[in-house]
Order: sequence, then structure tokens, then C-alpha cells
Amino acid sequence: MIPRVSEPAKSRAAWRVRGLSDRTIAWLFIAPTITLLLAINIFPLVWMIRLSFTNLNLSMSYLPLRFVGLDNFIDILTDEEVWIRLQTTAQFVICSVALQVVIGFGLALLINRQFRGHSFWTTIILLPMMLSPAVVGNFWTLLLQPQIGPFNSLISLFTGVPPSSFSMTGQVALAPWTIVLVDTWMWAPYVMLICLAGLRSIPDYIYEAAEVDRASPWRQFWSITLPMAVPFLMLAVLFRAIENFKMFDMVNLLTSGGPGSTTELVSITLKRAAFEKWRTGYSSALAIILFVTVFGAANIYVKALNKVKQR
Amino acid sequence: MTAAAAKPVVRSTAHSIVEATPRARTVAGGLVILYAVITILPLLWIVATAFKSQSDAIAYPPKVLFQPTLEGYVNLFTVRTRQTPDFIAKLPPPQTWYDRLVRQRDMVIAGPSKVVPRFVNSLIIGFGSTFLAVFLGTLAAYAFSRFRIPLADDLLFFILSTRMMPPVAVAIPIYLMYRELNLTDTRLGMILLYTAVNVSLAVWLLKGFIDEIPREYEEAALVDGYTRLQALRKVVLPQAVTGIAATAIFCLIFSWNEYAFAVLLTSGEAQTMPPFIPFIIGEGGQDWPAVAAATTLFVVPIVLFTVVLRKHLLRGITFGAVRK
Repeated sequence: MIPRVSEPAKSRAAWRVRGLSDRTIAWLFIAPTITLLLAINIFPLVWMIRLSFTNLNLSMSYLPLRFVGLDNFIDILTDEEVWIRLQTTAQFVICSVALQVVIGFGLALLINRQFRGHSFWTTIILLPMMLSPAVVGNFWTLLLQPQIGPFNSLISLFTGVPPSSFSMTGQVALAPWTIVLVDTWMWAPYVMLICLAGLRSIPDYIYEAAEVDRASPWRQFWSITLPMAVPFLMLAVLFRAIENFKMFDMVNLLTSGGPGSTTELVSITLKRAAFEKWRTGYSSALAIILFVTVFGAANIYVKALNKVKQR
Repeated sequence: MTAAAAKPVVRSTAHSIVEATPRARTVAGGLVILYAVITILPLLWIVATAFKSQSDAIAYPPKVLFQPTLEGYVNLFTVRTRQTPDFIAKLPPPQTWYDRLVRQRDMVIAGPSKVVPRFVNSLIIGFGSTFLAVFLGTLAAYAFSRFRIPLADDLLFFILSTRMMPPVAVAIPIYLMYRELNLTDTRLGMILLYTAVNVSLAVWLLKGFIDEIPREYEEAALVDGYTRLQALRKVVLPQAVTGIAATAIFCLIFSWNEYAFAVLLTSGEAQTMPPFIPFIIGEGGQDWPAVAAATTLFVVPIVLFTVVLRKHLLRGITFGAVRK
């Protein structure tokens, strides 16, 4: 920027004429947002950290509040149940994100061919991800009902298996895949949209050069398309992984963790501990562990992402 | 994440694949259309279910063809009581088409259901939090975009990191805090909470949009004797209008769709549609035609917004990290 010549000569009077100083304006503009976030996010967070060292239980609030040190954290980290929930969550995150990447990237490659009407069909494909996950979870329970739902009938049409012989949400072997399926239905378009931007950012001349060098389309894909789309793919994976790690709404309505606890993601465990058993101290500790996990993993991942980009 | 957001601002209108052959194009189109049709079927099924009668909705095997009826919508908006046929025969003749429809099922309308207040809550909380988030977000985004702020990157990251918390985790201390402040199950409480969540998105998106407006415009205005605030109002804001509108729609969609906070922090007064819809029950379980009718009405604005937002969708879903 060109240094302003008038700067040193600026007097108090000149300030007045031009209104508030830039510095004042900057802080006036930022302060409300920061204040709101401090009040609604940070203050409660600090409070929660304090609570995580206590035995507070809201259903037994007559008990004296006692500081229990790290007991809650030790309880959680040595509890096999919690580890199983974390495992369930990890499996859900990995399977659904992987499937979304494959489908999303595939769709992006196809749409990038610019066939006639691609923009209309792309909009149709994008619809599921704009919906409310809770509403989606709710209406998929109808679609997946063994008898009255159309899903089983459709499967039976293609495979001959009687529609009432299996239940997508009620069977231990199928339920984990059901949440992956519905999540993928909803979010594959998200990966697709980001990948499409990645593909469109690859300049034509690179392909033209490859063409001159007689590189096969297969070779072009592996040496040009994929490497250049990787930063975009990684960004999509980051966003999806964080969101799915936090997943609560869709699964809570679709299976509410069942059958048994086969689809009980860690957010659902947290909700039960905090809002059904009212073990506030314990669930605060669990919430902090989850937050540290997401935050830590996201930071490591972003570092890796930046390295890939610099290459 | 800051760095992630800083980069792929690659703009390209060119198509990356060197001219695909017409056959390849047709195959690609066919596959995409097939996927689109499969992906839209569940939604179409729900829209259709809203027009089914109770017995058609739970028929086995599921009915693709059926006699459409508005019963689902009538049931959604009313509370009904079952009566004996004798009792109904003695009543004065039905005044309206929906009275007639309900009486065919041996029922009488007892009053309006809670759907309208819930819908109104969704609207008030949605628009209230969107307005606040966009207002605060525009100010903060302008400051981040135009002024040198110490630790700007850290502050921006802080603003974003508040989004990484699982909502259930955030809800625990908020629940306690709101209990102390008497904000539990109030619209104001939900507006404040959704504003806090939305403001991070608003700041990030709007900073991107404002960054794209050349500084020269404002500087010219400043030279002409405008104050900063005048320059913001008369030069920057008119240029940023599209960006602000897109951001507002994203915030509105978030508040509209949000479920976790709503179900944990509201129970009646301030309840929005998402926690309400699954609990629309009739005689013996969920009243599927009414649930489907509510879902349809709830989803229609989202579909319209998606079409309107098409160009900015990518930016919105990646917090401005990817721009086309």
C-alpha cells in the first residue's frame, strides 16, 4: 500500500473531522463478537472445566459439592464402555468419510465432464446436505421400516430376500452400516462440491501438455488429476471428520444408539450421562476429553494439509 | 485451519478436462442422473406420504399409487378426538372441508395443534439469530479485513474453534448457565446461543467477501472527506450486499435445521420444529402422513434457499476456505 503522506501531520483536530480513529473503530467492531463468544462459549467452557473436577450430579443436587480431583477423568479413561463407544465413533467416522470421498470424488469427476443439464442435476444431488439432520434421521426410520418402508421392498425386488426378513435399524449386524448409509446419502454431495472446485482449479494446459507427451488418460488421472485434487480432498475430509465425530442429531433419531448400543456414538453417551443420568461432573470431564481430541487431531491434520499444499 | 483457509483461492472458469468425447459425456451424464434420481427418491417418498391416508401410509407392501388426501395436513394442524358415530350424527353438519374429512374417520376437531407456535418459534429464533450474527459478523469481518489487528490470525482461529465443540458438550454448561439466568426454554436464550454459533461462520465468510472488494473504493471515499463509518455504509456495504445475503441464508439454514441444542435446552415455549416433528403422534405411534406433511413444509424453504445459494454454496460449507 502507498504510505499516506498526510499521516505525520494528522492532528487531533483532523481526527475529529474524520470521525473515530481506525484503531478505535477496529476494536469497537470486534468487541461485540468477542464478548458474545466469551459469554456463550468461553465462560461456560471454563465453568465446565471446573465442574469436571467435581462430583456434581443434578439429579442428586442435595449432595454437597465435592472436589474429586482427577477422579472423573480416571473413571472415564479406565472405563471399557467409553473406549467401546469411541471405537464405534471412530469406525463410523472412518467408514462414512471414506465412502463419501469415493462417491463424492467419483461424482465430481463425472460432473466435470460438463454434460448437458449438469447444473440442474448437481443442484438436485446437493439437496440432502442442506436438510436438517434430525429431520433426515426421522424420515429415514419410515423408509427403513421392514414392512411399511420402501427400502426393504426395493432390496427385495432386486435380491428376492423377503422384505420383512431383515431390519436395517433393528439388527446388530446392519445398524452400524445403516448410519453410514444415511450419513453418506446426506454428505457425499458435500465432498463432491469441494472436489468439483478442486478439479476446476486444474488448468487445461497441464492436460494439453500431457496429451502432447501422449500420456494415457489413466496416467493423466494418477499424475495430474488426483495429486492436484488432494488438498481439496483433504479439506473435505477434515470438515466431514470433525462433523461426524460430533454427530448426534441424525443418529439419535435414526437408531438412538441401538439396537443395544451398537450405534451409540460418543455424543449419544455424553447426552445420556449429562441429560438422562444428570452426572454433570462426569460428563463435563468426558466433554473436555472429546474437545481436546477433536482439537488436537484437527491441528495435527491441518499441519499435514499445509505440508501437502507446499509440495 | 487458518492456513487451510488462506489458500485455494483459485479462480478458473476453464474446464479442466480436455474436451471429453461425446460418448464419454453421455455416459457421465447418465450415471450422474441415475445417482440424482436415486438420491431424490427418499425425499419424493416423504412428499408423497404427506398425501396418503393413515392406512395407505402404513400399508404393506408400501403403496406407490394411492388416492391422494389432505388428511395428513389436516392432522398436522389439528388436535382431534374420537367419537361414536351416533354422537357425530347428532352434530350440526360440518362447516368446512377439513371438518368433513375428519368426521369421515369418526373424529371431531378439538382445536389447533402446536405446529403453528413451533413454526413461529423456528421463524423468530431463526431470523433473530441470523440478524444478530450477520450484524456482528459484518462489523468484525470489516475490522479483520481492513485494519491491522494484533494477533488477528489467533483471534480468527479462536472464533472458528468455538465451532469444533460437540453441541452436546456445549449444552452442558449452557444448560446450567441458562438455569441460573432463567433463559432455559426461552426464545431469547436460543437466539443468543444460535447467534454465538453463527457468528463464527458469518465472520469467516464475510471477511472473504469484504477482502474481495478493492480498498481503493473506500480510500477514494476517505479522500473525499467521508469518515470510516460513512465509507463503510455508503461504499463497502452496497458492494458486499450479495455476500451478506448469502451469509444470512447460511445462518438461517443453520438455525432452522439445528436439533441438538433445541432438544436439550427447550421443552415447550421455545421449542423449534426439528425436535417437534418426530413427536407428532396419532393413535398408536407416529402419525406418518402428518410427520411427512410437517417435514415437507419444513423442507420447502431449504430447497428454495439451495437453489438461490447455488453459486455461494461451496464457500458457505467450507467457511470461505474454498472459493470458486
